Amino acid sequence: MDTATAPSAPANPPTNPPTNPMVLHAAVGTDGLAEKVTIRDLEFFYGESRALKGISLPLYANKATAFIGPSGCGKSTLLRILNRMYDLYPNQRATGQVLFDGENLLDAGQDINLLRARIGMVFQKPTPFPMSIYENIAFGIRLYEKLPRAEMDARVERALRRAALWDEVKDKLAASGLSLSGGQQQRLCIARTVSVKPEVILFDEPCSALDPISTAKIEELIDEMKKDYTIVIVTHNMQQAARVSDFTAFMYLGELIEFDATANLFTTPRDKRTQAYITGRFG
Amino acid sequence: MADHILKRFDEDLEKLNATINEMGGLTESQFAKALDAVRERDTGLAEQVIAADARVDQLDAQVQQQTVQLLALRQPMAVDLRVVLSSIKIAAALERIADYAKNTAKRGIVLTSGTAPPSAVAGIDRLGKLVRTALKDVLDAFADDDVEKAHDVWQRDEEIDQVYTGLFRELLTYMMEDPRTITACTHLLFMAKNIERAGDHVTNIAELVSFRRTGKTFAEARPKGSGSLYTTGAS
Repeated sequence: MDTATAPSAPANPPTNPPTNPMVLHAAVGTDGLAEKVTIRDLEFFYGESRALKGISLPLYANKATAFIGPSGCGKSTLLRILNRMYDLYPNQRATGQVLFDGENLLDAGQDINLLRARIGMVFQKPTPFPMSIYENIAFGIRLYEKLPRAEMDARVERALRRAALWDEVKDKLAASGLSLSGGQQQRLCIARTVSVKPEVILFDEPCSALDPISTAKIEELIDEMKKDYTIVIVTHNMQQAARVSDFTAFMYLGELIEFDATANLFTTPRDKRTQAYITGRFG
Repeated sequence: MADHILKRFDEDLEKLNATINEMGGLTESQFAKALDAVRERDTGLAEQVIAADARVDQLDAQVQQQTVQLLALRQPMAVDLRVVLSSIKIAAALERIADYAKNTAKRGIVLTSGTAPPSAVAGIDRLGKLVRTALKDVLDAFADDDVEKAHDVWQRDEEIDQVYTGLFRELLTYMMEDPRTITACTHLLFMAKNIERAGDHVTNIAELVSFRRTGKTFAEARPKGSGSLYTTGAS
């Protein structure tokens, strides 16, 4: 873990590094779970400063994994690496491996647009486009597919149903996406994300701007969506992490401190720092 | 362990601990007084024990109210959650022990007018002292969060069971020899059973002291000394 500290670390990731021992401790049934994404020895740099230090962990298929930790611990950075969001900024780079169905998605040759369709993201603040509700969904689909009108209608409806929003908007599909309430806007964004048929969905604090009822609806949705997608969620709300996730990773100062089944991590954490954080004794 | 960022959370947990400690102290004293009352044939003391039981019940209710509030308002996690859960169970165990003390005191009053064999009464006292010491030690272990001490108490249950079994046989012998002692001996038998049950609750508390600190109870099987009771025609 304390290797490759130099900012000039080689761009070529080592092949098949040993698995992080913390992962091996996950004492609960990980047998039979497929690793949809495997993160190995991941390091991330904002210019000279190292924001992630030797992160290794699996993201299991059709499970929800939560990243928790105090502000600045690197959880959002980690999430943003998973769909190469950092490519948008100069001087940011990642080393190590993020294997997505066996392929290192950090590789230079990746088709970033395709990657971002396969790994969708829902942000903290609802970000509907200033278009009709219908167009908010159809716009994304058109980037990837040309569909006849009837088929597009069906796809839009399916996406809205998937996000548990259809019944609330079916009579006003032409209304602006911005006319919806915050919780509805967030579900519209979820619908937009699922409309392009992703395999993994990343949630970055999806409920921090929402009231408890909208929050409950999104949480129910996440639970329901696990059937079809692999879910990753970053949240400051530990009760939320406990409620929606199957596995939880606790991060601190750019390191992965503990990764375990959520039921273990929140009842009998192994690391003192995890215990201090989840019981509200940090700092 | 460091303090919570939210100080009132610590205050709530401290109050809960204080209630359990008060309840433990009172139960210990109730138990000791019940034994004294039986040994000294002291009806007045026995009546005090019977009257004071209501206070233990009150404290039990208070623990329940405090734990419900902690769960609802503080959403405790990990060690805090275990502290809250074990507190309810420890309070319930103490409430049972105090009940057994009350019952022992009641039977003690009946015995003052009967023909109880003195050596059997002394046997009750001996058994009672073992449980009383175990109760004191487990409460110390609780107060000091001392898992090792709790484990030591937990292992002592075997001895308590053995003494109980011996007493059981002794009482049977008295009753067979002289049927006029049957009434007194039956009361003594119930007392012995109550005291032995109190010992079991002490053992449970020892396990909970471990659980709240580590998330685990003691791994090995609990030593048991009363197995022979059910195989020697004792029924």
